[in-house]
Amino acid sequence: MVQKLDWLDETPSQTAGPYVHIGCIPSFAGLTGIYPEDLGRSPFAEGAEGEVATVTGSVFDGTGWAMRDAMLESWQADAAGRFPGQAGADPKVTGFARFAADADTGEFTLRTIRPGSVLLPDGRWQAPHISLWIVARGINIGLQTRIYFEDADNSADPLLNRIEQRQRVQTLVAKKTAPGQYRFDIRLQGETETVFLDL
Amino acid sequence: MADGPLIPRDRSVHPVPLDPDYKTSVVRAPRLPLLSMDATPAEETGPRFGASLIGPLDNNLILNWTKGAAPAIGERILVHGRIMDQTGRGVPETLVEIWQANAGGRYRHVKDSYMAPLDPNFGGCGRTLTDEAGRYQFLTIRPGAYPWPNRGNDWRPMHIHFSVFGHGFGQRLITQMYFEGDPLIDRCPIVHTIKSRAQIDRLVAPLDMGQARPLDFLAYKFDIVLRGLRQTMFENRPEGM
Ligand SMILES: [Fe+3]
Repeated sequence: MVQKLDWLDETPSQTAGPYVHIGCIPSFAGLTGIYPEDLGRSPFAEGAEGEVATVTGSVFDGTGWAMRDAMLESWQADAAGRFPGQAGADPKVTGFARFAADADTGEFTLRTIRPGSVLLPDGRWQAPHISLWIVARGINIGLQTRIYFEDADNSADPLLNRIEQRQRVQTLVAKKTAPGQYRFDIRLQGETETVFLDL
Repeated sequence: MADGPLIPRDRSVHPVPLDPDYKTSVVRAPRLPLLSMDATPAEETGPRFGASLIGPLDNNLILNWTKGAAPAIGERILVHGRIMDQTGRGVPETLVEIWQANAGGRYRHVKDSYMAPLDPNFGGCGRTLTDEAGRYQFLTIRPGAYPWPNRGNDWRPMHIHFSVFGHGFGQRLITQMYFEGDPLIDRCPIVHTIKSRAQIDRLVAPLDMGQARPLDFLAYKFDIVLRGLRQTMFENRPEGM
């Protein structure tokens, strides 16, 4: 026998199920009045520094169906690359948003401030990115991925550069459709399966 | 800001992403390997919510739908526990959200068409912040089991859905709490997406008569462990070392 390590295992995940909206965005689900408003309605307040970016997309299952029941959360830095809580961060950027696929169309919209590049502790810079966490019925553990921007310089990003199959990099890059407007679709399976992260 | 770098997630404690017995997972589980690297500031920081977010009835599902006018129908229970990290330290001031079916097994959701009736006095969601030691509690009613379309005759055991933040976005977790002694746990394909019996048992809350209140409510204890943070020695090493 050897000495016992005193680490605990993380509690196992379980699917968020089809009714996650009740718990996380009850007003969206029609349960108005319990809370004043849903958490994470906007990741910034008016007057935040930087450009506003609107990202629209869908989460597609392996059959190509735009899922109607997905819920997403995003977390990001401010326009200068600082996360809320870090020294000097823009107080008008909360950095966190919750949004869901529309029950009729399966489309989601995230209206946010375009984040700045983020410095890693080892001195490397990450290109501007938004972290995403996706849960739904049939997803047994929340899926982590990132949104990068087509019109940013992504060439030196440490995470994108780890992707061996270079054509897959595009699955993490939002496409510009108009000034300040981007399209970002997430595909859970198939030839263009999104790169999901184990961070 | 978290206190140190996140340790990598041990995915062997978690459900398998694709399990044919849970049919929806077949078209919703990624087929390609996840891309791993060290956690970055995006995973080690996370949203923080203050006490001003929480209303006085937010952790009381018996009363929060009617604002105290009339209690929900069902067996009154206290659900309490501690949120901690992998070192066993309590995670203070972190948001815990729950949602559940009513005593008959029906959710207040447009997509739930089960024949059990809605309880006019029950909404089905609650939230609270942990205290300085990571403790939380909810007063609620015991949710009913319910049938769901999967295999021919699948029923969910009684359960409460939990969503927990921690202090870093990489700690984010959604799970479900089950009740000690429920025979449906062993038959549930969602439970059994977790392949280790020992890990399944960690989702089953024991009856806790020590916290039950006579003539009022029973109690169940449910602790949750979030991903841990490494100590910060030997950081800032140059690339490649
Ligand atoms: Fe459920």
